[in-house]
Amino acid sequence: MSNVVTLVVNGEPQEVPAGTTVAGVIAFIAPSTRGIAVALNGGIVARSTWESTPVAAGDHIEVLTAAQGG
Amino acid sequence: MPAPFLDAPFTIAGEVVGSRLILGSGGIPSLEVLERAIIASGTSVVTVAMRRLDPAAPGSLLDVLARLGVRVLPNTAGCFTAAEAVLTARLAREALETNWVKLEVIGDEITLLPDGSELLRAAEELVGDGFVVLPYTNDDPVLARRLEHAGCAAVMPAGAPIGSGLGIGNPHAIAMIAEAAGVPVVLDAGIGTASDAALAMELGCAGVMVASAVTRCRNPETMARAMALAVEAGRAARAAGPIPRRYHAEASSSFHNMAGLAREAAGETSLAPSGQRRR
Repeated sequence: MSNVVTLVVNGEPQEVPAGTTVAGVIAFIAPSTRGIAVALNGGIVARSTWESTPVAAGDHIEVLTAAQGG
Repeated sequence: MPAPFLDAPFTIAGEVVGSRLILGSGGIPSLEVLERAIIASGTSVVTVAMRRLDPAAPGSLLDVLARLGVRVLPNTAGCFTAAEAVLTARLAREALETNWVKLEVIGDEITLLPDGSELLRAAEELVGDGFVVLPYTNDDPVLARRLEHAGCAAVMPAGAPIGSGLGIGNPHAIAMIAEAAGVPVVLDAGIGTASDAALAMELGCAGVMVASAVTRCRNPETMARAMALAVEAGRAARAAGPIPRRYHAEASSSFHNMAGLAREAAGETSLAPSGQRRR
């Protein structure tokens, strides 16, 4: 039983401690949680459930925010 | 001082938007230039795309937009299917706390023109989910009507392909869309320069959206100002009721009480056949 699991976060492999939640993953890469939305394996994770949603090895997580766009 | 042109407020989904010029933030060289362009444009709404968070990105686009007090309008740029666009819209709502979305579902990367059937499907689903949907659509009056009937809060027909700067390829279609629509028509895509924006308003559009024409030109701040003036000028001209187009001239100086000098002008003869001489 490994203490570390590997996820795919925004297309890149990311190792996190086992038992990490979505909120924990965001903390790894985002300076602030403002203006951010998260998709876990193609489904939206509502902000109110970030703390209670665990991630597992192989999960695909997209962390999106506003970027310049027409 | 000339009397100002008193225009009705620009509203979408019952909300007063403000400026009739919507600005896209894509393609701007820096956040500093974007800020100056937004101020110069007087816009109330700025579009953004939803992209992967880049921790190395310099500055915060959202901070700039918040400081300027403009509404952030997320788009679904880059989506090729209804499913992808619907998911992107929902993520945008989650991230930006707005139920407004500029819905884009494109058909291919060459034209970036909307895929009408996917667009309509996505619009129906998002309207059903409580979104205020502003779809980027083709210059097709029938599709525009379909989108309106689906509950879209506006329609945003393309004047020409995104970023092309070709202007309004089919002004008749845009006029037909504007004439028939019960929701605001905002010309989107294809604007190259200020006269294109003025034309859109003269054709009956309620607003104009520009991105590349401002963000990718040599001086975005100056072009932003030019676009604002053009939108106002076109809107005022439309409201003023332009003269109908006609084939022949109509003298602006009356021939009434014209002096009888022609007979006295020795040695000069008119080239005009007698039947075409005005009397």
